[in-house]
Amino acid sequence: MKPPTGARLRGALRAALRALQAPLIAIAGGMLIGAAIMLLAGHNPVEAYSAMVEGAVAGRNLSNLVSTINRAAPIVGMGIAAAIAFRAGFFNIGGEGQLVLGGAAAALVAVYIPLPGPVVVPLALLAAALAGGLYALMAAFFEFRFNVPLLVSTLLLNYPARFFTGYLVTYPFRDVPSGMNQTNLVPESARFALLGPHTQLHAGLFVTLAIVVVSAFVIDRMVPGYEIRMTGLNSRFSRYGGVDVKRLGYWTMFASGAVAGLVGAIEVLGVLYRFIDGALTLPLYAWTGIMTALLSGSNPIGVLVAGLFFSALQTGGFGMERSTEVVRELSRVLQAVIIMLVAVRASFEFGLGKKGEPET
Amino acid sequence: MTELVGLFDANLLSSILRFVAPILLAALGGLICERAGVFNIALEGLMLTGAFAAVVGSFFLNNATLGVLTAMLAGALLALIFAVLAVSLGGDMIVLGIATNLLASGLTIFLLRTIFGVKGAFRDENLKGLGSITIPVVKDIPILGPIFSGHSWIVYLSLLLVVVTQYYLFRHRLGLRLRGVGEVPEAAATLGVSVSGQRYVAVILSGVLCGLAGAQLSLGNVTLFVENMSAGRGWIAVAAVMLGQAHPLGVFGASLLFGLSDTISFRLQGLGMPSQFTGMVPYVVTLLSLFAIQLQKRRRAAAAATAAAPAK
Repeated sequence: MKPPTGARLRGALRAALRALQAPLIAIAGGMLIGAAIMLLAGHNPVEAYSAMVEGAVAGRNLSNLVSTINRAAPIVGMGIAAAIAFRAGFFNIGGEGQLVLGGAAAALVAVYIPLPGPVVVPLALLAAALAGGLYALMAAFFEFRFNVPLLVSTLLLNYPARFFTGYLVTYPFRDVPSGMNQTNLVPESARFALLGPHTQLHAGLFVTLAIVVVSAFVIDRMVPGYEIRMTGLNSRFSRYGGVDVKRLGYWTMFASGAVAGLVGAIEVLGVLYRFIDGALTLPLYAWTGIMTALLSGSNPIGVLVAGLFFSALQTGGFGMERSTEVVRELSRVLQAVIIMLVAVRASFEFGLGKKGEPET
Repeated sequence: MTELVGLFDANLLSSILRFVAPILLAALGGLICERAGVFNIALEGLMLTGAFAAVVGSFFLNNATLGVLTAMLAGALLALIFAVLAVSLGGDMIVLGIATNLLASGLTIFLLRTIFGVKGAFRDENLKGLGSITIPVVKDIPILGPIFSGHSWIVYLSLLLVVVTQYYLFRHRLGLRLRGVGEVPEAAATLGVSVSGQRYVAVILSGVLCGLAGAQLSLGNVTLFVENMSAGRGWIAVAAVMLGQAHPLGVFGASLLFGLSDTISFRLQGLGMPSQFTGMVPYVVTLLSLFAIQLQKRRRAAAAATAAAPAK
């Protein structure tokens, strides 16, 4: 008996194409609408887009491509954090707060615990995951115990976290001589090593990749993954099927927040080498991450691809701003339009009721 | 005690309503949407668009009132896009709301550069702001004077709109239809009320109200535009709708609470408290009040259950 390899391959190919269809159409539509906006504003879209492509992937020694990859790492990480929660139907938009708490926790551990690097790095990652995870858990607790909608509580919790970490690096843990609101530098032994003498790529990227692979494996293959997908699709059905929605909710939110916290730690130990007030929030990593989860239908591998794409849009935006009259924030417009087009096509079912209030 | 009195001096009192008005206007918009069955979290972006359009209109038409009208128009336009995508094309409202906010943030920065050739902020001495209205007798009353006198007309309009919204939703035919669409869309449709029509009306009204809110920010409180100057007020408005249980008076109370905590946090900062702690105040107050409301709801439900009476 001959295995129908050809047919199976064709089937898989067709499925992949179908999955890619909606995002690709949305991206094409977004670029067209972006071009129309530029034309209306009196800019040359061809010039702007080619400057964008050059800014995203070209440059001497591919330096722009390197910055695209470096910028993609936190975006992909935050996309995974969002995807984990979205898949289970929990609209966690508090990634930003979980991210800064993780970053601050990692920086404090790395700066103030005088142990050798191989001990401090895992310790810093653990502290970051705990800080982000517990903060997200708090929002889950508010939802399950007090019926405060997760969407609103996670968002509101972003601000206290930002202010609190800002306070930490302005007063008790400030690097006073630097004159900036930041911690002292992380000792070299506790940093992620650079991957070569002339590159900004660092070993922390492998941690991000590991997060992608593990989450892809867990979401799609393992039992909790199956449960998470089922609650995302229909929470009442899963409850009849014996899934403990609350317990799953707590775990999901903890995992989502822990990943966000880890992303903060990776940025601190691999790129910034200290916690700087605003450095993790101003580039909108958390919001872009949410966009990648939405664009990819919360598929971890899709998040990886979408994260690289949005990162390219953003670093390309810098190149575009340097060589044309178009500001880099046009990338933000493109992202928004792409997500709008995806939203119209997609049929997510989030665990929120019509009025944003969970059922009891 | 003297410190407490110092906390509530004339300056503070006069800034309360100025802080409240933008939140209140946006929240009224959100409330109307909520009543029509649309979960609108695009208030932040609509408000930001209004703030920018107000400056554009006032600058080029050389008239602050025309600037406000421009803001209302721009808010309505962006809201129309949201309505087409959410109501007619059935896109997820939460996703669209987030995308609309992002769009407004990017587009205002893009247009700031395109129209005024600047980045960051635009201010110009030729830019006309909204004047303040001094109420003759009221202004001399202690405490009440500084609270109520000396604001732009948008502030007074926002107070009036609380009453108007209350009347429209609960005393007027059209408001009844709008609520019907939100509560039992199938029944409303059977009675010949256009569900999507009512939802369009609600979303566009919220755009107009957020436009007003934005105009108050950029032409009332100050006379300039700064990137992302809505600074989370639209999100606070979303929370105000929830806290006020989608009821105009409740939403007014919630907005007042947030405006007050905003003002006090500003003042505490002046008294030497780290700005990071005072900055947290409005958000923490919001969260705590959401708890309180839910706890109260649960207690009432429990009481109703023991009395075996239908919960209202």
